[in-house]
Amino acid sequence: MAHRSFRLRSPTTEAPLARYTLMAVAFLFLALFLILPLVAVFIEAFRKGAGEFFLSLDDPDTLAAIRLTLTVAGIAVPLNLVFGVAAAWAIAKFEFKGKAFLTTLIDLPFSVSPVISGLVYVLLFGAGSALGPWLKSHGIEILFAVPGIVLATVFVTFPFVARELIPLMQEQGTGDEEAALSLGASGWQTFWYVTLPNIKWGLLYGVLLCNARAMGEFGAVSVVSGHIRGLTNTMPLHVEILYNEYNFVAAFAVASLLAALALVTLVVKTVLELHYGAEIAAGRKH
Amino acid sequence: MTTSAAASSGRWRLRQPSVIPGFGLTLGFSLAYLTLIILIPLAGLVWRSAGLSGAEFLAILSDQRTLNALKVSFGTAFIAALVNVVFGVIVAWVIVRYEFPGRRIVDAIVDLPFALPTAVAGISLAALYAPNGWIGQVLNLFGIKAAFNPTGIVIALIFIGLPFVVRTVQPIMEEIDREVEEAAATLGAGRFQTISRILLPGLSPAILTGFALAFARGVGEYGSVIFIAGNIPYVSEIAPLLIVIRLEEFNYGAAAAIATIMLGLSFAMLLFINLVQAWNRRRYGHGA
Repeated sequence: MAHRSFRLRSPTTEAPLARYTLMAVAFLFLALFLILPLVAVFIEAFRKGAGEFFLSLDDPDTLAAIRLTLTVAGIAVPLNLVFGVAAAWAIAKFEFKGKAFLTTLIDLPFSVSPVISGLVYVLLFGAGSALGPWLKSHGIEILFAVPGIVLATVFVTFPFVARELIPLMQEQGTGDEEAALSLGASGWQTFWYVTLPNIKWGLLYGVLLCNARAMGEFGAVSVVSGHIRGLTNTMPLHVEILYNEYNFVAAFAVASLLAALALVTLVVKTVLELHYGAEIAAGRKH
Repeated sequence: MTTSAAASSGRWRLRQPSVIPGFGLTLGFSLAYLTLIILIPLAGLVWRSAGLSGAEFLAILSDQRTLNALKVSFGTAFIAALVNVVFGVIVAWVIVRYEFPGRRIVDAIVDLPFALPTAVAGISLAALYAPNGWIGQVLNLFGIKAAFNPTGIVIALIFIGLPFVVRTVQPIMEEIDREVEEAAATLGAGRFQTISRILLPGLSPAILTGFALAFARGVGEYGSVIFIAGNIPYVSEIAPLLIVIRLEEFNYGAAAAIATIMLGLSFAMLLFINLVQAWNRRRYGHGA
């Protein structure tokens, strides 16, 4: 670059001093606010050694929390995956009235506080609601039980897959599908053999982000869970309980599992962006 | 697939004709799912707070604790979003413009707050900024208390909001045409003038959008905040926490009322973002 020369500096960059200052400010800021909190999770988790770390994870309530988190994500993510594909198909492959409005509605959960996402289900199914007494008399448990946790998780992770697929499928147009159909493929064949291969990386990208949020959700799940140890405690909720009991090593040990999940998510996400950037909605980063 | 709407040819069509099947199935399923999961529960919330009389609603709203909680939530979110605008733009600039080893890693790490569960961020920030924590100890030397007060809330919201600013500004920065800067330089502008008079005005809609997104997210944030906030009523109690407290008291009406006010303000923000983006598209030919 031109700044190697003695007399000339490129007119479209800053003086070296300004450049290094800006870089220093940026790195210091990222170190203080992002990297240090991440590193601290692992240091606190291993503060008393690896033995204590594994010992604190090998606890029936902790294992139950891990199982519940996997179960909830295992239900919520596929539900939103099916919805995301269906919504993207309708929105991207057809022109219809009210499309922009529908797209806005799909993004709605992103602008709702997690606590409110949980609250709406408490109001819907709780003791004071119209449905509450009926559910109770029929012995159906939604609140303070797994179904409520799944519902709250579905609510907060609702837009992830759809908003990844809609711009991608809009960009791809309908030419491939029309060709397949005109050659005699059925609707399902067209989807399985033409559309799905076209969107698979974008789909994986959306599922990855959806899953990270589903496993990590705290506010919404906290409101509907009832915090019953070993029964309705997800991993993030279990972190809170352990922390409030001053059991810091155990709290950070469970937290470090979630932090590891976040790191894996970031790595896979970066790899997907590097290798399949064009097949994930072009140029759109999350 | 349904062709009924399209087949009733003529003036009004629900959709343009297409040979692609599955419109009725996918749209029908999407609408049903959207209605069940999102719309009915949200309508239930509005319904519940509409069930309160005007006087009750006003009483909840004018309660000093509610007012303070809203003030804390909106005030801290505003400050954090401002901080994030300054540092987010610098971070985006460094990532877009400068070559340095590990640039991709820095770029990837910006998304950490999206991926790290909020409760994990919360306990980690609390441990770091507490008076006996690594950063808290240093700040203590200068007499600064950064945890268990509103400052702690701002710190948590800076963490949460940063990627919103960077990821909104970054793509627009990448699109900047270098010729514009060259032209400014040939016409005698200094580098500072070029940045402040040419580049920043072009970026300002994106910066504003990033600010609004970070602000909106900060207002509703719960998990990362409650561990570092100290949660002192009237002082460092955020509105989402007050909703949780009212719920635990089985005061569903008050919880619904506070939630409705927060939602109303959030939607005003969303509308504002959309207006900015529409204005931006008209003026610059691209969205933020």
